[in-house]
Amino acid sequence: MGIYILKRILSLLPVLFVVSVVIFGIVHLTPGDPASYMLGEEASPEQVNELREELGLNDPIPVQYLNWLGGVVQGDFGDSYFMNQSVLDAIFSHIGPTLSLAIVAEIIALSISIPIGIVAAIKRGTATDQSVMVVSLMGMAIPSFLLALFLALIFGVQLGWLPVAGYQPLSNGLWNHLQYLILPAISLGAIQAALIARMTRASMLEVLNTDYIKMARSKGMKERTVIYSHALKNAFLPILTVIGATFGALVTGAVVTETIFNIPGIGQLIINSIERRDYTIIQGIVLFVTLIYVTINLIIDLLYGFIDPRVRLDSK
Amino acid sequence: MTTELLNVEQLRTHFFTEKGTVTAVDDVSFTIHEGEIVGLVGESGCGKSVTSQSIMRLYDEYMVEYEGKIEFNGDNLLNYPIKKMQKIRGDAISMIFQDPLSSLNPVFTIGKQIAEPLMLHHKKSKKEAYERAVELLALTGIPSPEKRVHEYPHQLSGGMRQRAMIAVTLACEPKLLIADEPTTALDVTIQAQILNLMRDLNKKLQMGIIFITHDLGVVAELCDRVMVMYLGQIVEEADVKTLFEKPLHPYTRGLIKSIPQMTGERKLELSVIKGNVPSLTNKPKGCRFSTRCEFADEKCLEEMPPLKTHSDTKKVRCWHYEEIIAREEGGHVHASST
Repeated sequence: MGIYILKRILSLLPVLFVVSVVIFGIVHLTPGDPASYMLGEEASPEQVNELREELGLNDPIPVQYLNWLGGVVQGDFGDSYFMNQSVLDAIFSHIGPTLSLAIVAEIIALSISIPIGIVAAIKRGTATDQSVMVVSLMGMAIPSFLLALFLALIFGVQLGWLPVAGYQPLSNGLWNHLQYLILPAISLGAIQAALIARMTRASMLEVLNTDYIKMARSKGMKERTVIYSHALKNAFLPILTVIGATFGALVTGAVVTETIFNIPGIGQLIINSIERRDYTIIQGIVLFVTLIYVTINLIIDLLYGFIDPRVRLDSK
Repeated sequence: MTTELLNVEQLRTHFFTEKGTVTAVDDVSFTIHEGEIVGLVGESGCGKSVTSQSIMRLYDEYMVEYEGKIEFNGDNLLNYPIKKMQKIRGDAISMIFQDPLSSLNPVFTIGKQIAEPLMLHHKKSKKEAYERAVELLALTGIPSPEKRVHEYPHQLSGGMRQRAMIAVTLACEPKLLIADEPTTALDVTIQAQILNLMRDLNKKLQMGIIFITHDLGVVAELCDRVMVMYLGQIVEEADVKTLFEKPLHPYTRGLIKSIPQMTGERKLELSVIKGNVPSLTNKPKGCRFSTRCEFADEKCLEEMPPLKTHSDTKKVRCWHYEEIIAREEGGHVHASST
């Protein structure tokens, strides 16, 4: 097991390397540069060029890449051009809200989607099933920014139950923390919930048709045991895959939601940095996000083995 | 024979499908006695699996309707509420399925799957149940059962999986075992071992067995009595010996004739029953076999023959079986005399 994890972690290195090359290339090949942004519109080309020289932006791109990579492998992601702090500090000061939001959204999504997916599968073809399917289709079709605006309008403005926008860290109390997250979490989690519900339904339907479920019934098992123990454990692998993929998307895809609800997370940081061509921050965030993605995948893969003994054997 | 164990009377199983109601089992009646092995034979889709799963009521109740009677130890199972049915399943009646790999749950150990019904029906503790699981695995001839009990289905070979499944079904020592093509997915040597095992267990535990198969060779080897099914109906019922020696129904005769003969000329063409089994939605009006029967006449096409008692041990569903046999025997004598 330990060796397997070590192997998997080592296999992440090439992925991160490729991502670093691609993101560096994209960032440096897009028009515009931080020097002219820093000096403002009135600056003369000479002044801009001087600053570019100072920042090392006039070096050939491969040289710049190697300088940056040299720092990265030592854990130094460089400093922001604008924020007067290191890239790592900037990321860590913004990751908290994003992670909190993602976790709350995932919890909401899971606690709704898995039960209704199971119920829809058990009652397939009935009105219950059909309404689950229709609602989940709507959940997938509504853009999250639209849902966010509706939620803010109804629960924030009209009813006044929850704050319209803003953020409070966990250190200010759990409820303070949560009340700012509920609306953005729902608008962010709706699509995930719809996806997971559909996957749960499909996966359960497939499993409920198998011989081993018939066998479990023929042993006299109670229907509850058949569904929640025999069937769900088997149906859970594809559901887990979707959970992994959606959680990655929650961490990285909250840009719009964070903007609407004014949450100071990674999403806001990257939007601002792209506007200002804050190269080091953009590169740092993309690498960081890649790392989160692959780590989630690794965790999901390890969970597979935990659930399914067949996968466990293969990994040895 | 001894006491009646299972008595099925005029069983009809209707499925509600998108295309309307389909009757997969149509007027099936038979009796199984204690300790008896009865074969249920027929082509794919003839309703033999549906018959067996109807006995255990394994279909989703909202898509199926049963008619008739299934009496087990004198009680009609069709009148049982589902909770009571669950108490019978796996305890007094249990079932072996065709494919041992797909019928064992891949994410549970063999031990858990054997222990489950013991803990449920016999209220055994987990420890007792696992101890019994090891004994059961040993009984079915699995080597080093104390190790296998902690393994998962995919770690076992095909034959061992089938033995493990037999161990699951035997856990509560059922009075009636329904074996739905238990050897079809296995290779021939393993098949023979499993058949021997079933015969031994039948003697040891005195349980009645319904053995579903399409393999007449297996029937000849194992069963006391045979029922032949065609398109949802039993067309002939007899003890094994007379069925093979003197089949009455044209369908049974066709089946037996189509077994390849190893003696004599190998160049002879294999005998086949012409045509295909009609679909359940397109059943012939009269005798179900009339569309493929070489002896069928007007009456056969129009009127359904009843299951007639020919002798104590034989029943047949055919209008003309007596004439057919007489004619064939006459023909046979004639042919050999020239």
